[in-house]
Amino acid sequence: MSDSNKQTAVITVVGQDRVGIIARVATELAALSVNINDISQTILQDVFTMIMLVDYSTMPIDIKELASRMEALGDELGLAIRVQHSDIFKAMHRV
Amino acid sequence: MFNDFEILETLSMFREQHLDVRTITMGINLLDCASDSSERACQRIYDKICRKAEHLVKTGEDISHEFGIPIINKRVSVTPISMVAASGDSTDYTMYARALDRAAETIGVNFIGGYSALVHKGFTDSDRRLIESIPEALSTTNLVCSSVNLATSRTGINMDAVRLMGTIIKDLAEKTAGQDAFGCAKLVVFANAPEDNPFMAGAFTGPGEPECVINVGVSGPGVVKTALESTRGQDLEHVAETIKRSAFKITRVGQLVAREASKRLGVPFGIIDLSLAPTPVVGDSIARILEEFGLETAGAWGTTAALAMLNDAVKKGGTMASSYVGGLSGAFIPVSEDEGMIAAVELGALSLEKLEAMTSVCSVGIDMVAIPGDVPATTISAIIADEMAIGTFNNKTTAVRIIPVPGKTVGDKVHYGGLLGSAPIMAVNPASSAAFIERGGRIPAPIHSMKN
Repeated sequence: MSDSNKQTAVITVVGQDRVGIIARVATELAALSVNINDISQTILQDVFTMIMLVDYSTMPIDIKELASRMEALGDELGLAIRVQHSDIFKAMHRV
Repeated sequence: MFNDFEILETLSMFREQHLDVRTITMGINLLDCASDSSERACQRIYDKICRKAEHLVKTGEDISHEFGIPIINKRVSVTPISMVAASGDSTDYTMYARALDRAAETIGVNFIGGYSALVHKGFTDSDRRLIESIPEALSTTNLVCSSVNLATSRTGINMDAVRLMGTIIKDLAEKTAGQDAFGCAKLVVFANAPEDNPFMAGAFTGPGEPECVINVGVSGPGVVKTALESTRGQDLEHVAETIKRSAFKITRVGQLVAREASKRLGVPFGIIDLSLAPTPVVGDSIARILEEFGLETAGAWGTTAALAMLNDAVKKGGTMASSYVGGLSGAFIPVSEDEGMIAAVELGALSLEKLEAMTSVCSVGIDMVAIPGDVPATTISAIIADEMAIGTFNNKTTAVRIIPVPGKTVGDKVHYGGLLGSAPIMAVNPASSAAFIERGGRIPAPIHSMKN
């Protein structure tokens, strides 16, 4: 795994569409110095799905804590927000 | 970098399809703990396990949280105790089991394997002592698992040991009759036992293994089943390809975790065991995969062919995904641990005889099968003999983990709970094998073992 991947994660947000999802999530990440490298988002029949590739190298907390906070934010907004280290995706989807 | 489909697929595998790392098992070599004082040996064993595996559970939990990958079990496997205890002054080996049990409790693992003996060519005095002590040892400890290797393709089958193990299993069942013979769920007999298997109850760290090693067992029957749902009506080539791809992804998860655990613990990475291991939870069943192939129920004709293909495709896909593959690596068919298997037995669609056929093309053997408590020891030995023959003469690993439940008969069901599930009592052919088993001796190695 190259060093540049070490502190990147994939954050997925899935749930019922409502006003302000992107704003809330992005604000929370900005407050933690997490940089959003890429966003992909779609709404299919009212189900909101967003995938963000983020760089957390300057984040003051650890990734476990980020995952908990994002999960809590998800609970508050009625969404499923998951954080996973990008190494998993690289491992599973690249030969 | 990754497309949306890949990311959502991965997410779904973890969230809905029960993809997990089934176990991180630390193999610890205990040969240097031997002493002519058994008490000192036990102390050394306790100390070495606690020292080497002190951070195992916490590391597993950290990796699990950081990567978002469920890691279900952290376990330890050790050198077959009969080798470590051989030079000691005590003839009561249960003290070694207690030392293992205490160590396992201290470090927080949920099982410790290796209360074992390798007797495929014959018994040492120490092997005999160990085996005779198994009923007492497993009925008086909680976390200790035991295994005995009775045969290899190179040496043939030790039929004296096969005869003995029938009686040992019955004894152990009696001693744990109050828990529906639960003790027998912690004992496995093998042909061609692997030295690096991370799964219980058959895990031990063979004499060829290094000082300390990390082995990982992944699991994802749910992932494979979901992938196969999109192949309905397509020919078997598509089915094989789909399974291979799924197995690749599943194994890569294990590889990632294994590398990370090895790095953090400072212990070399051994192998990934790319087995599809079911749990009793709905959506985590091997039997349901077989049904997805197009069989009305597991046990219907065609099951052996489907399982052979599944087992083979898992190996092909998984091998590409990992630098070192070992352990059992294939599809598991433990009856009590698979909700689809249990259903098939209860429907009358899956018999012990069909299971025996299935063991010839997959990983484990007659595993977690409950039988009536009155089945004679010689019949149990004969079941073992048949399973040993399948393994020995076909150059593969086979095993038996069979549970004769005192007081129960066909139509009854026993509940063990957790990963060990529940088992409907299966019928056993009542014809006697006593005269065959009572002969003893060794079945010679098959001619194809002469490879030099």
